[in-house]
Amino acid sequence: MITFLSTIGHSVIVTLTKTGRGALFLKQTLTCTLSVLCQPRLISKQLFSVGVLTILIITISGLFVGMVLGLQGYYILSDFGAEETLGVMIAASLVRELGPVVSALLFAGRAGSSLTAEIGLMKATEQLSGMEMMAVDPIQRIVCPRFLAGCFSMPLLAAIFSMVGILGGQLVGVTLLGVDEGAFWSQMQSSIDFYDDILNGVIKSLVFGFVVTWISLFEGYDAIPTSEGVSRATTRTVVYSSFAILGMDFILTALMFGDI
Amino acid sequence: MQNPKSLETLVGLFVVIGIGALFFLGLNVSNLASYSDTDGYTITARFENSGGLKVRSPVSVAGVRIGRVTAIDFDNTSYESVVQMKIGAQYNTLPDDSSASIFTAGLLGEQYIGLQTGASEDYLTQNSELELTQSAIVLEEIIGQFLFSEKEN
Repeated sequence: MITFLSTIGHSVIVTLTKTGRGALFLKQTLTCTLSVLCQPRLISKQLFSVGVLTILIITISGLFVGMVLGLQGYYILSDFGAEETLGVMIAASLVRELGPVVSALLFAGRAGSSLTAEIGLMKATEQLSGMEMMAVDPIQRIVCPRFLAGCFSMPLLAAIFSMVGILGGQLVGVTLLGVDEGAFWSQMQSSIDFYDDILNGVIKSLVFGFVVTWISLFEGYDAIPTSEGVSRATTRTVVYSSFAILGMDFILTALMFGDI
Repeated sequence: MQNPKSLETLVGLFVVIGIGALFFLGLNVSNLASYSDTDGYTITARFENSGGLKVRSPVSVAGVRIGRVTAIDFDNTSYESVVQMKIGAQYNTLPDDSSASIFTAGLLGEQYIGLQTGASEDYLTQNSELELTQSAIVLEEIIGQFLFSEKEN
């Protein structure tokens, strides 16, 4: 019984201290933001590895998600004779939910895990402590540019995902299944609101980018500096990020669209 | 690794594509383009029942959209719905005895205000009120009346 209680206590203390370290880490990162913004070269290098290299997977998945939405939506809507609303269905589901969420999940798998592995390995090979020896702040030099690049590229990636998805849905719905092209676009334009739908989607993806980059950088920075520790940290990044994305998505959706 | 020049080009390309995608979503997918009709004049109309009319529902004459609903309020004294709509500035020759009705686009479509032009020589201006109005048709009421009259027969 005592051991059981102490196990609970131990895990609570471990979780709390980890959360605290995470918050401190975020604070340190954010305080460096201004000085890093003055060195755009550092950020653009990270934008390449975080953003540009993720475009391919985002585009291909977006295309297929849009095409599947087009097919499924068409079969359901044609039961009600409402194929013309296919455009609304595809655009609303992509812009509001699937664009930010799926691209954030892909981002966590593609960019987040590589950030964790990179920083964890830097820690394991003592590059970070080497930098500290040379009076270079590793948070300012290594962590903060990656953080800014992640926050900046996530909304762009989500927008690309939604755009490619809508074009994919148009390819299946209009070109293959013969929905009227004018109705497809005009109904979409009259139903999707710029502020309510698109800007809320951008805000969502911004929040997801922030959270995912934070989790992956912290897991890397906090990893046990062995090869096993780095591999565990990488796994935790993907798991925690996915949880965080889906949980935050519910909260954000309730705040933005629901009347709860 | 690429040389710094091509790296920067790729990053630039990424940012341009991303912002282009946002513009595509704004202009092609959403109704941002129709937000531009800012200048115009506001008129009001009172309806016994404004049904499923919403803010930003279209206002049309002869099937052409000339404006949008900007506000729907409830009048505490006459128990009517007061609908404000903004009409585009170029449509400034509508007779002031025009009447407004609430129609439904298709069987399940959204509701909109249709104006039927009158014959007066005077035109609608800022803050004019439409006297002749016809409420929204509530499907449930019609079905109720139909069932009731069937029973009477």
